[in-house]
Amino acid sequence: MNILKFFTAGSVDDGKSTLIGRLLYDTDSILADQLEALQSSNRKNDDGSIDLAILTDGLRAEREQGITIDVAYKYFQTDKRKFIIADTPGHIQYTRNMVTGASTAKLAIILIDARNGVVEQTIRHSYLVSLLGIEHVVVCLNKMDMVGYSETVFNAITDRYKTLAADLNLKDVTFIPVSALKGDNVVNESEYMPWYKGRSLLHFLETVDVAEEDYGLARMPVQWVVRPQTEALHDYRGYAGRILSGSFNVNDRVTVLPSGSSSVIERIEIFDQEPAQAHAGQSVTLHLKDDIDISRGDVLVNSDHLPKRAQLIEADICWMDARPMDDSITYLLQHNSKLTKCKIREIIHKVDINTLEKQDAHEFKLNDIGRVVIKTADELAFDVYSENKANGAAILIDSRTNLTAAALMFRAVAD
Amino acid sequence: MSKYNLDYLDELEAEAIHIMREVAGQFEKPALLFSGGKDSITLVRLAEKAFRPGKFPFPLVHIDTGHNFEETITYRDKMVERIGEKLIIGHVQDSIDQGKVVEQTGKNASRNGLQTVTLLDTIALHKFDACIGGARRDEEKARAKERIFSVRDEFGQWDPKRQRPELWNIYNGKIHKGENVRVFPISNWTELDVWNYIKREKIELPSIYFAHNRDVITRNGQLMAASPFLNMDDEDIVEHKKVRFRTVGDMSCTAAVESDADQLDDIIAEISASKISERGARMDDKVSEAAMEDRKKGGYF
Ligand SMILES: Nc1nc2c(ncn2[C@@H]2O[C@H](COP(=O)(O)OP(=O)(O)O)[C@@H](O)[C@H]2O)c(=O)[nH]1
Ligand SMILES: [Mg+2]
Repeated sequence: MNILKFFTAGSVDDGKSTLIGRLLYDTDSILADQLEALQSSNRKNDDGSIDLAILTDGLRAEREQGITIDVAYKYFQTDKRKFIIADTPGHIQYTRNMVTGASTAKLAIILIDARNGVVEQTIRHSYLVSLLGIEHVVVCLNKMDMVGYSETVFNAITDRYKTLAADLNLKDVTFIPVSALKGDNVVNESEYMPWYKGRSLLHFLETVDVAEEDYGLARMPVQWVVRPQTEALHDYRGYAGRILSGSFNVNDRVTVLPSGSSSVIERIEIFDQEPAQAHAGQSVTLHLKDDIDISRGDVLVNSDHLPKRAQLIEADICWMDARPMDDSITYLLQHNSKLTKCKIREIIHKVDINTLEKQDAHEFKLNDIGRVVIKTADELAFDVYSENKANGAAILIDSRTNLTAAALMFRAVAD
Repeated sequence: MSKYNLDYLDELEAEAIHIMREVAGQFEKPALLFSGGKDSITLVRLAEKAFRPGKFPFPLVHIDTGHNFEETITYRDKMVERIGEKLIIGHVQDSIDQGKVVEQTGKNASRNGLQTVTLLDTIALHKFDACIGGARRDEEKARAKERIFSVRDEFGQWDPKRQRPELWNIYNGKIHKGENVRVFPISNWTELDVWNYIKREKIELPSIYFAHNRDVITRNGQLMAASPFLNMDDEDIVEHKKVRFRTVGDMSCTAAVESDADQLDDIIAEISASKISERGARMDDKVSEAAMEDRKKGGYF
């Protein structure tokens, strides 16, 4: 059994929390004491039924204001798959929290209120989904019960969205008409929409193919060097890390970056196992034939598929701090286990995320998205985000506050 | 190009190991908070997988309320001997003796709340900058909101409105002097995942997790182990029942469930079928809807 991580996006009140509540409720994933707490809560729907949204709105302020402020993670499983859901906030002011929930997801559910169709928020969220390179998109047209379960409404909105998806280069998009409140097409198929020939949302989630492609870009950042320094294990020197992408085999030639020295894999350890091969996602300890100087922050890569190496890099950026971007100060850049200093060299453009227009810009504030050129103190060994997410992303840290100031997605070596 | 999927336990394990190694790489003086419960026992196993054959780059820290199940302490000491790592104990009794906290009185008195002070003092004394804990997001809805690297201020407080964005698998562990980070490597595990992992890894547990006969009393609808730490009076009727514990904490706040499950498989079957959440077996969460959020803001684990 494997895990699917997905997140929900949509405007405030489109029904994200209700949809998640419905998924949990109809898969029998809510436990009796939680249900009891729900039933005794004074937040109820107009018809007196329990409000499923409170299952995820876990903070006092969220319950008081009836909105989602930060990502909540929920877990459930069926006999086909395990699911991790990130319920993310829709408000523009909490965009950074949405990006947090989305950054680790493989699939996005975009909710659209069938009464309103594609609105500004839909465009903004879809843009983020495309920027973050989320592999699969399910568009749920929600509140179908309020538009008489109309096929015409469904078709009009999906046509509009398809244009948007093409503009944004979204690849795998699926449309499902649902009512989160009543439960139509969420877990159980609806009897009110005979015109819809597809399956329920849950069925889709259970069957969508999310296997990792085992492409050749083997990369493993070194997190920690294991050196027992005991008499028996005097010469033991293992490089511990999690494989970001691709796979490593015993006898593969690997290059250590940034130094550029190379060696051959002698042994792969996963605790007491010694597999001949290890894949992306696994935490391993690698041993090399030659004794070379390697420490945390270095990355081991397959010598036949080297990453890009540069100090001047063009990147998409999402600003996440209340302090605006300042091109006069030095930030810290964290790229997996590598930490180095970094400056913003140039702002290429800012994107108006409601209209998707590119604009000239001199400043970047909280939740602004655009493109920049950065200059790092040390050379980075990176891949282009659209080709290899795991080695194509980094964060900026404001060293005055230590806060995470921005998310970076690398595009190219800049000149 | 071939395609492959990691099995879910392998994926959860790899993620947890990655997080532990980030702690080792990013911090000067980390610690692993060890309660003797199944979640922290799982953490110890994960630390072995992350760092063996090397030593752990951190000591284990036990905040001891003094109101322990004897079985937990026996287990703890045996385990520490087996793994050969350092154990630091912070005693709630010391905080009481120093007058920093006052023992609760009355029928529902418990030392659970007092632990926070001892924890913060222990962190300050040893200058720990990161504390690895076994909290999971499925336990409770305030926890469902917490980051894997959760920054606490000088007073140990969690501010849910000012959490740092946490992107991809990149963890920002930068902090100012006096602050520390609570790190939760098994955030994404469910209770059932932990049990399945314990089974797969053949991890030994304290015996109180398995069904056994014990004197219990019923308090607020829950079964509590009769012990000198529980303020009992004439209304409390002691019964002898076959029970086990789903979660292990202070004796005065951990409730038992009636059970015949004396094997891991039976426990897993029981939990799969259970309709009550794990935290439902803890008196400390019953107080209010925001009980956990408030305790975390105050510096709790
Ligand atoms: N009629 C109807 N109402 C819905 C549906 N889904 C959600 N709602 C209602 O819309 C409101 C907002 O839902 P909520 O889940 O909190 O939205 P969120 O802000 O996207 O998380 C609540 O009053 C829900 O009961 C639906 O399918 N049909
Ligand atoms: Mg919501």
